[in-house]
Amino acid sequence: MRIIAEISRWAIPLLLLVIPVLAYLRNVPVYESFVAGAEEGFKTGVRILPFLIGMLVSIKVFIDSGALDIVSHYLQPLFAKLGLDPNFAAIIPLAIMRPLSGSGALGVATQLINQHGPDSFIGRLASTLQGSTDTTFFVLTVYFGSVGIKKYRYALKLGLLADFIGLIVSVWIVTKTFY
Amino acid sequence: MVNLIWLLMLAIGIIVSAINGHIESVTASAMKAAELGVEVAIELIGVMSLWLGLMRLAEEAGFIKGIARLFGPAVRRLFPSLKPDSPALGAIIMNLSANILGLGNAATPFGLKAMQELQRENPTPEVASPAMITFLALNTSCITLIPATIIGVRLKANSANPTEIIGTTIVATGCAMTIAIIVDYLIRHRRRK
Repeated sequence: MRIIAEISRWAIPLLLLVIPVLAYLRNVPVYESFVAGAEEGFKTGVRILPFLIGMLVSIKVFIDSGALDIVSHYLQPLFAKLGLDPNFAAIIPLAIMRPLSGSGALGVATQLINQHGPDSFIGRLASTLQGSTDTTFFVLTVYFGSVGIKKYRYALKLGLLADFIGLIVSVWIVTKTFY
Repeated sequence: MVNLIWLLMLAIGIIVSAINGHIESVTASAMKAAELGVEVAIELIGVMSLWLGLMRLAEEAGFIKGIARLFGPAVRRLFPSLKPDSPALGAIIMNLSANILGLGNAATPFGLKAMQELQRENPTPEVASPAMITFLALNTSCITLIPATIIGVRLKANSANPTEIIGTTIVATGCAMTIAIIVDYLIRHRRRK
């Protein structure tokens, strides 16, 4: 695990060094090429702005209204019936929040970890869940929006399926590994 | 479906706020979210410019082509509709590598670049191509070896072992990714018949 952590730490500095040097040695006008590429980044950023705003407004109004709490409140008895740890209910807001908003989910996960302790069942489950699922809605709107795709076909269902599998396996593996 | 979800989240949020008697919070939330959208986009422009600038250098130096040739055979199996020398392959590989290493900031620019390349090969510009859907499924369920942010949170909360969740995270995300790829394959197979 330490090796992987070191690779993560070195990856960006090494890329920043190796790519320009390699390009220079191959007679690429390094600075001019960099700027030409960077310009594309600017255009993409501007293009995705409306999609970002649209999605964020809808998500934030939904969450701030307390609707998320109502949904998780009604889901709790269902999970109790399935015979899951009674503590498990605390994870529901995070599970619902995760596909919607990355920063929102990180906020909920941090709060859960601090409240229940990082080495509690909920703390470990929240940590695992945070790392194993993604902000599917967000990625889809931004990525598709940036190139003008209007019909998503089965992409959303597939992404949400992956998140759901991530949730189920997280519960199973955390229980199996630590308890 | 996205249209409906977007509308439902907005409408339900407003109705719940009204019932709970804090309708004014809708205004604050909406304004704040709009501002946040601009902030996120501006930040993204910075990182995107840096990475796409570097990517252009890598392309012109022949670096991307080399990587695509190295990892291409495995990745190409997942994207049978792409041409073998498609420029999308390089960007897809860079995006997945950044995801795997947990370099969240670097992954998005490569991902958007890959999307643009995929769009160039898309015969129906307004409809998502199968390759795009496969790419997004891979992207949102991709294995992360180092969930750096959450390890940081655990460290701050005085965990006895902040990195102990790396193993469980890899298993969970690995299962999610495998099933997403299998289901995607099955859907594509059925639709072609």
